[in-house]
Amino acid sequence: MKIMVAVKRVVDYAVKIRVKTDKTGVETQNVKMSMNPFCEIALEEALRIKEAGIASEVIAVSMGPANCIDTLRTGLAMGADRAIHVEATGPLYPLSVAKLFKALVQLENPGLLILGKQAIDDDCNQTGQMVAGLLGWPQGTFASKVVLDKEKQVATVDREVDGGLETLCMDLPAVITTDLRLNQPRYATLPNIMKAKSKVIKKYTPEDLKVEIKSDLEVVQVTEPPKRKAGVIVSSVDELIDKLKNEAHVI
Amino acid sequence: MIMQKWRATRRLLRYSPKSLFDPRSNPNSEHSVSRSASGFAHCVDGEKYHPREFPPYIEHKKERSLWNTTERGLERTSRIQYRYFGSLASKIQRNPSFSTLNSDDINYFKSILGEKNVIEDDDTLLFANTDWMRKYKGSSKLLLQPRSTQEVSQVLKYCNSRRLAVVPQGGNTGLVGGSVPVFDEVIINVGSMNKIISFDQVSGVLVCEAGCILENLVSFLDNEGFIMPLDLGSKGSCQIGGNVSTNAGGLRLVRYGSLHGSVLGIEAVLANGDVLDMLGTLRKDNTGYALKHLFIGSEGSLGIVTKVSILTPPKLSSVNIAFLACKDYFSCQKLLFEAKRRLGEILSAFEFLDNESLNLVLHHLEGVRNPLPPSMHNFYVLIETTGSDESYDKEKLEAFLLRSMEAGLISDGVLAQDINQASSFWRIREGVAEALMKEGAVYKYDLSLPVEKLYNLVEEMRTRIGNSAKVIGFGHLGDGNLHLNISTPQYNDMILAQIEPFVYEWTSKHRGSISAEHGLGLMKANEIFYSKSHETVQLMASIKKLMDPNGILNPYKVLPHSIISYC
Repeated sequence: MKIMVAVKRVVDYAVKIRVKTDKTGVETQNVKMSMNPFCEIALEEALRIKEAGIASEVIAVSMGPANCIDTLRTGLAMGADRAIHVEATGPLYPLSVAKLFKALVQLENPGLLILGKQAIDDDCNQTGQMVAGLLGWPQGTFASKVVLDKEKQVATVDREVDGGLETLCMDLPAVITTDLRLNQPRYATLPNIMKAKSKVIKKYTPEDLKVEIKSDLEVVQVTEPPKRKAGVIVSSVDELIDKLKNEAHVI
Repeated sequence: MIMQKWRATRRLLRYSPKSLFDPRSNPNSEHSVSRSASGFAHCVDGEKYHPREFPPYIEHKKERSLWNTTERGLERTSRIQYRYFGSLASKIQRNPSFSTLNSDDINYFKSILGEKNVIEDDDTLLFANTDWMRKYKGSSKLLLQPRSTQEVSQVLKYCNSRRLAVVPQGGNTGLVGGSVPVFDEVIINVGSMNKIISFDQVSGVLVCEAGCILENLVSFLDNEGFIMPLDLGSKGSCQIGGNVSTNAGGLRLVRYGSLHGSVLGIEAVLANGDVLDMLGTLRKDNTGYALKHLFIGSEGSLGIVTKVSILTPPKLSSVNIAFLACKDYFSCQKLLFEAKRRLGEILSAFEFLDNESLNLVLHHLEGVRNPLPPSMHNFYVLIETTGSDESYDKEKLEAFLLRSMEAGLISDGVLAQDINQASSFWRIREGVAEALMKEGAVYKYDLSLPVEKLYNLVEEMRTRIGNSAKVIGFGHLGDGNLHLNISTPQYNDMILAQIEPFVYEWTSKHRGSISAEHGLGLMKANEIFYSKSHETVQLMASIKKLMDPNGILNPYKVLPHSIISYC
């Protein structure tokens, strides 16, 4: 069974982001970019499934401009067997990405498609769900535990939901999106980095996959959230009560 | 269970009303003072004391007329006494020429600084009197918090006229007892002087007050696209005035050099209240004697630093970090040699830790995992590169690492793929000191040694101490700086006798420094002769006498008590 994993190149989680002065988006020039943390977890899960003997091959997929290759190289260095880069300039919204994945899945026929639950740049949390809908596949989203049964070709997924944990059982092929507590991704070791240099990255364009990229969305403006006002140190309990009553109107 | 009992006792002892301070016997061990005294007798009998094994400088000192023949015998025994206890305070006397505080003094300070900045409250004083390692505790009754250079000047002028001893204090993160009082010295804490005065975006020169916390300066500079030229584990608490006064080294010295190079100017207040304005912002200024260097590293004994002007390097976008395993120390050395050549201008940090250090960190610190499971290797090296081109740097680093791996210098390694992973590597290296504190009592030594011989000391110490304590070594291999730490469940004079003076003699024999970056403070004030000649120390004493005739600035520290005499 093949596993396909989606990885996205985003601004590094630890960077303090700044909004561009023209408010069209976030500053990405000269800013450290890395693999989306949830995608790392997705890739780690795929690698573990392969190491358990249930899958034969892990394919990492990324979509976007040429520098996606960096993220794919990281994925290969972690242990993916090969990679696919769908080259597209211009913004790619979740529906377009989902359509592209549908085309790739029909080409490659993986038994499992694993994605991060959301990307930390847009926080959409839509791509996994949309692909499952387009393919007509079952989906286990916000996975905090995944157990595969090879003979029965079934996946049991524990999902993190608001009320607690929900366990679903689904037939393969299926779509899984990963949540934070699923696993701790491995580091890229030097021997693996060395091996990654000879692994293949295949390039496609949306035209090759016969998918038309048109976005139904347009980003109008990006602004910072309003700054929090500084706190005030009060000198007595009476003053506190007065402020809560008359200024904050909470009592 | 035992650990808990020990901790409870330790807490009790720490807060018990002990006169003066007792470094070893209290608060960190269950041994009473009397036991240590008997231990001393033990030392004279059982210790291997070979007069002829004195390092060259002490030999020299013995010949001086300072010591007449009758005193020499006494001096020898009293010298054993000092070293045996490791630190002096239980044996040094409070200098009788210093006055004691009276209510007039308090009133005067209140009139200059305001009521709020003159602190006599016990709880606050307890923190100000105790150092970070909880090894040294003074008994000062007064903490002053001046808000400007003018106030510092007035305070010092008054203290000088009244002969009141003072301790300049910043973040109180020092590791040699230099930032806390020995007896009842007045603590002058510059923490309220924390304004950034100016920053030049073209030249990168930052001018700020001495009480600015290093991490705050780093955040400020981050916004401007610059970084501080020094980085240390205590950055969340340490202040730039203290960093400059101790000539702090840190993790980036191998790339940005020492503070003697990056500090362009200093404003300091002398013992008599005179303000010395040397706050230049010029990169090059050869007009007269470069007096600013006297204040960098003199640990507050020549003046109180109130403002600093420092050259900050631009923040480069591409930072890469690798965590590597080597099978022996020789490979670590060769790796350093190769790194300096192959990585050249992009190398920004080269640190090492041994197997035992990593074990300690993994054991004590939360959320830390071994980047290189499953096997434990003998040595670990952390290499960081900083440059302006991400892909170029990454290629260069990868090529260097793969080449080193093929040459057998590295047995395994990982490369951080994002900032989170990079921070986790640094957490391991920066967390060793913290892990040691959690493990129990620690004897800490900070030595500069020739790189080839560096680890030999750790191995010899391990053989010497045997099973009674854990010996670990880590440090800034790129600068030849070893942090040798011996960890025991409690402070134990028998173990101390095994360590000192062996460690100083060993260092001296290899012409190393007994204090690479931590300074002398109180802990090593009397050990200076292991690394400096008698004439040099005499000149230091003359300069001290010239600049601080009453000796009120940070007394009992930095220079040996035998050299300093107060009239």
